[in-house]
Amino acid sequence: MRILILSLLIAAPAIAAPKPAVPHPGAEVYQNVCQACHMANAMGAVGAGRITALARNPNLQYPEYPISVVTGGKGAMPWFRGQLTDQEIADVIDYVRGNFGNRYNKGPGGKVTAAMVAESGVAAPTRGER
Amino acid sequence: MIGGSLALYQAMEVLGHAKETQFAGPPKLSGAPAGASVLVLGAGLAGMLAAFELRKAGYKVQILEYNNRPGGRNWSLYGGDTYTELGGETQKVGFAPGNYLNPGPWRIPYHHRTLLHYCKAFGVALEPFIQLNHQALVHNSKAFGGKPMPYRDLSADFEGNVAELLGKAIDNRGLDSQFSAEDQDKLKEALRTWGLLDKDMRYVKGNRSSRRRGFERPSGGGVDGSPIPSDPLPFKDVLDSGVWAVISQHMSIDHQTTMFQPVGGMGMIGKAFGKQVEGLVTFNAKVTKISQAGGAVTATYTDTATGAVKEAKADYCVCTIPLGILSQIELDASGGMLAAIAAVPYSNSVKVGLEMKTRFWEEENAIYGGISFTDRPISMISYPSGGMHSDGPGVILGAYTFGAASYKFAGMSPDERVRTVLEMGSVFHPGRYKEQFTAGASVAWSRVPYTLGCCAQWNEETREEHYQTLVAVDDRIVLAGEHASYIGCWMEGALLSSLDAVTRLHKRALEA
Repeated sequence: MRILILSLLIAAPAIAAPKPAVPHPGAEVYQNVCQACHMANAMGAVGAGRITALARNPNLQYPEYPISVVTGGKGAMPWFRGQLTDQEIADVIDYVRGNFGNRYNKGPGGKVTAAMVAESGVAAPTRGER
Repeated sequence: MIGGSLALYQAMEVLGHAKETQFAGPPKLSGAPAGASVLVLGAGLAGMLAAFELRKAGYKVQILEYNNRPGGRNWSLYGGDTYTELGGETQKVGFAPGNYLNPGPWRIPYHHRTLLHYCKAFGVALEPFIQLNHQALVHNSKAFGGKPMPYRDLSADFEGNVAELLGKAIDNRGLDSQFSAEDQDKLKEALRTWGLLDKDMRYVKGNRSSRRRGFERPSGGGVDGSPIPSDPLPFKDVLDSGVWAVISQHMSIDHQTTMFQPVGGMGMIGKAFGKQVEGLVTFNAKVTKISQAGGAVTATYTDTATGAVKEAKADYCVCTIPLGILSQIELDASGGMLAAIAAVPYSNSVKVGLEMKTRFWEEENAIYGGISFTDRPISMISYPSGGMHSDGPGVILGAYTFGAASYKFAGMSPDERVRTVLEMGSVFHPGRYKEQFTAGASVAWSRVPYTLGCCAQWNEETREEHYQTLVAVDDRIVLAGEHASYIGCWMEGALLSSLDAVTRLHKRALEA
């Protein structure tokens, strides 16, 4: 994962999202992974089905739910446990909970940490794809 | 496999045939109950084949399809086409007339006999798809200073060196415990022939090795006609190139010779299937609810062109809607079925087509079709197997990405994808790739409105827990598609799943 991200960054500057002075470490994860579906503005989309908007999403109020979804997947969304490190998962959830019209990173649960992901995350499938 | 087809399959197996497929011919269903009807959801290959076979059996059939065309993931984007992905980015494909990108399936193994059968039956012209091309390139940033090397040189040197090393292992008595002296001699002879070793069991520069890896000066006519052998590459670099992974990929049953593609784009298959079910399909129909109340199946759908909400009703239903979408539709089915539908995520992939003014890879590099591989995120570029040896323009598949790279590319705008892919692929053809580029098109499957992904991503655990429930007839509904097969991601899986589903649904209808 990290090797791929590095080589991609050399060739392709990330799309500009609203940037704080020191970029949140989750911003890069969001751009490299999440916005493939949830879009750069986190508004999701609607076609034959729906991609959930993460912007102003009340389900992000408590960290446990996004942790379970990102680690374990949901519907069409695959699990990312093992694809991303627990730190990356914590960073990106923390980033989304504090951006795109969400202000949950200051509320209950506060900052999402790798330890929280380790504690309540869903384990990646242990046996191979088939 | 059911009844007669299983018996035939077993009979053929005894004769040593047909182990490459479960297909034993079309199902030959007949005698549908008088007036019985089937609603098919989805006009991809699985849905259209279900409709075709069930109508033949005597059912009244109707298909609802979200898109405004038949084919589903079987699809080609041609010059002049317009495609809008989720998020709203619209691409107008600027390829020359007839040129295309196959965003989804793009090659057909020789043993996908169901698909081949129906291609012939429905008049789809096929041509060879070049998978393995010895002249194509292998690039690894960690080998040969980042210089791409011909697959031919690398594979020859890999096999030659492996043969030499194994010969040394024999000479060092390393295989004494496993092989008799006589068998060791036989193996050494095999290694000498296979690995092009010299009489001393060495892989060295010479006519022998150059007959495989190519000559420094190729054979010619007249005064300078004699060939000059070439130097094998340092084995360490050959190892670092990762060519063994490419060799292995070409060896898998999914990629062995012969492979096919439809003449004029993979979408020709969807169009041909569409002709067979012409008049049965309601396009622009977004299904929002599927009920099994009152001894019938009723689908509620929105006409996306007008916004009107309508219903379609039938005795039975073959549902081919991809699971990621079906899991969001209000569906009247058993708890086990709903859990199975919700349990299977979808993989992602991104493909980018790059049209070039001329076919410089043919004219200058003698690369006719095939694939060049790289450790860059584009993973490979593929040269067109159609229209070979013609003047340009031609379309190169500029990226076929998986995993992390596919998310990164999907998150880019279509323009950014093309720019990035051009930059990365230019490692193979510097001075030509970016310079000859005329038009690009890309499809990121995570943003495809009618699938939300590439294909169903099963694993051992979900197969065990949910697969049999997912494929079982649930009262009056049966699911079909690549997601209901063990040939996931391939058209063949969709078709075999469909044949199996309609066979069982027909049986259910006859028993009702």
